[in-house]
Amino acid sequence: MPISTLQPTNRRLRYDAALLEATQQEMAQDDNVVVLGLGVDDWRGIYGTTKGLVDQFGPQRVFDTPLSEDAMTGVSIGAAMAGLRPIHVHIRQDFLLLCMNQLVNIAAKAHYMYGGQVSVPMVVRSVIGKSWGQGAQHSQALQSMFMHVPGLKVVAPSTPYDAKGTLIQSIRDNNPVMFVEHRLLHFTSGSVPEESYTVPLGKARVLAEGTDVTLVGISWMANESLRARALLTQRGISAEVIDPVTLSPLDMDTIRRSAEKTGNVVVVDSAWTTAGASAEILARLTEGGSAVRVARMGFAPTTCPTTRCLEDLFYPNPRSIASFVNATLGGPADWVPDAMDQDNDQFEFKGPF
Amino acid sequence: MAIDDRTAPQLKDVSIGTSTQAERLYWSLYRIRRVEEEVARVYPTDKIKSPVHLSIGQEALAVGVCEALEARDVVFGTYRGHAAYLAKGGDLRQMIAELYGKATGCAGGKAGSMHLLDIGHGVMGMSAVVGTTIPHAAGYAYAQKLRQSGVVTVCFLGDGATEEGVFYETLNFAALQELPLLFVIENNGFAIHSPQWTRQKNTNLAERAATFGLPAVRLNDDDVFGILKAATSAVREIRNGSGPRLLEIPTYRWKEHVGPGEDFHVGYRSIEDAQSWMQRDQVAAVGAALDDTARQRIEDVVDAEIAEAFLFAEASPFPSDEELMRNIYAN
Repeated sequence: MPISTLQPTNRRLRYDAALLEATQQEMAQDDNVVVLGLGVDDWRGIYGTTKGLVDQFGPQRVFDTPLSEDAMTGVSIGAAMAGLRPIHVHIRQDFLLLCMNQLVNIAAKAHYMYGGQVSVPMVVRSVIGKSWGQGAQHSQALQSMFMHVPGLKVVAPSTPYDAKGTLIQSIRDNNPVMFVEHRLLHFTSGSVPEESYTVPLGKARVLAEGTDVTLVGISWMANESLRARALLTQRGISAEVIDPVTLSPLDMDTIRRSAEKTGNVVVVDSAWTTAGASAEILARLTEGGSAVRVARMGFAPTTCPTTRCLEDLFYPNPRSIASFVNATLGGPADWVPDAMDQDNDQFEFKGPF
Repeated sequence: MAIDDRTAPQLKDVSIGTSTQAERLYWSLYRIRRVEEEVARVYPTDKIKSPVHLSIGQEALAVGVCEALEARDVVFGTYRGHAAYLAKGGDLRQMIAELYGKATGCAGGKAGSMHLLDIGHGVMGMSAVVGTTIPHAAGYAYAQKLRQSGVVTVCFLGDGATEEGVFYETLNFAALQELPLLFVIENNGFAIHSPQWTRQKNTNLAERAATFGLPAVRLNDDDVFGILKAATSAVREIRNGSGPRLLEIPTYRWKEHVGPGEDFHVGYRSIEDAQSWMQRDQVAAVGAALDDTARQRIEDVVDAEIAEAFLFAEASPFPSDEELMRNIYAN
């Protein structure tokens, strides 16, 4: 079953503040929760998501690390084996490539390899981003690499409500959880209850209902898909938008149910498509012999350039998504939606990222 | 925690009649040697379908260090970890059953020789990828410091692991955070077939480690009493809260890198090199210092225990098919 609709609350909070609030609430109720990572205790506090934690909980539980991603991942694992619940924060996901041995060879495998006697309850937070000129090594979204490995969970919520609820759930989970945040999502606001709550992992969320096509939008592309949905009304197309929320394990039931209703599924990923989340979702959807029409979009299959004119071509955007969906459904291939508010950025982003 | 309620013999309370320090050390040294010899003897039958990296020749390091520890202390080992597992008190029957791939093994047959653990006796795991467990020991030690538990964590590693970047990252972090952690470098001079001097410009590992800001001592030989003395001193300092220490201890692997055989004929090292180590074999040396009656009693106890452990492994069932998909995720 999909997770329930958003809890009614008048309280609005930004995504970044929701992450901070989740962390504060978990640290307050469980002494075993610790936060480490480059810059978690500085004045910026990872875009504000860890700001003030060191003052509230002390430098023993909230600490900056040497530039040693490999060892600090291992330190988190060892601490988790001793019963702590570390949250290891990376301001760029690209740096997780320095941690792969620890994440893949130990974090993912310890529970199985040691016959269920060891668990590694750690959260690895990493920020992905629409590049804003940061180029090849500060823009990647490599979450599908982690989907490949049994033993890891991968979470990438798109709403502030789910950001808070899944982060709390990830901290309480007894497995290593890769928590993926798109930098632009940090600026988005939504309904977030003040009290502590959890959102289960492995459940997709229907963000908007529709009848003609299912858009599965991953991370930031869930937002972009919602904006594309508005543009598609110009063609009389009614799109349902689903945020998988968790990429591993995937909630295929919710996607499949929507697919059966609309007959068309387009996955829009905040990542490359080859061997990615979109490939996995569509393979699972169709390997039973489904007659659903499927298509996918993602980053251009190349390295992310820095110059804005090329960068704009690299990423799907609401207009290119709407155009692609329209063509996939048999509409004219050259249709481009009229300019609307929805095809501009929802806010004017000012750097540095 | 433990797979069942069987308990392993403890180094310090095993029934060997008397319990002088020399007798305890001999019990542990002889036991590891004989276990490894029995593994080597059985290996050609193919009942152990998994790589084994035998500790023969290197027993004194694990025994000397673990004798300096308390039961609550914790060790992280290497893929050549049989000695550390046994010296810390790891269950012998579960170890042999694990090598046999049996359901009664210390990890139910999913770990094999290279990933032994016995949480109840403070053996927290080993890794086949060189150097991988080094930061785990630091993380475990960080948790002990945070909780002010008084537990000391030991990180065994080889000379090859000192070439991995994670070693230096961990040294820096451990020194910076003043963690209750003892690094023990088992320097056997070879990474598989490559001598240390072909891999490192400065082969003095303790000297290198000391530059990170932690006391580091290089022992001259693998005399078990010398190791025990150095480890006791280091562990006392660490437990008193003065931060991490490092010991570099020279040793020699008698068998081939992996497997039960000898490899002095293949050319990368000679039997003459080995003989100086074999002549001062710590198992024989400590045993020779005991009176015949005491030594015989220890050997009888150990031989019977090992025979029983192998029978236990032989008789144990293999895991069921359902085990393939169990414990992928923790509940």
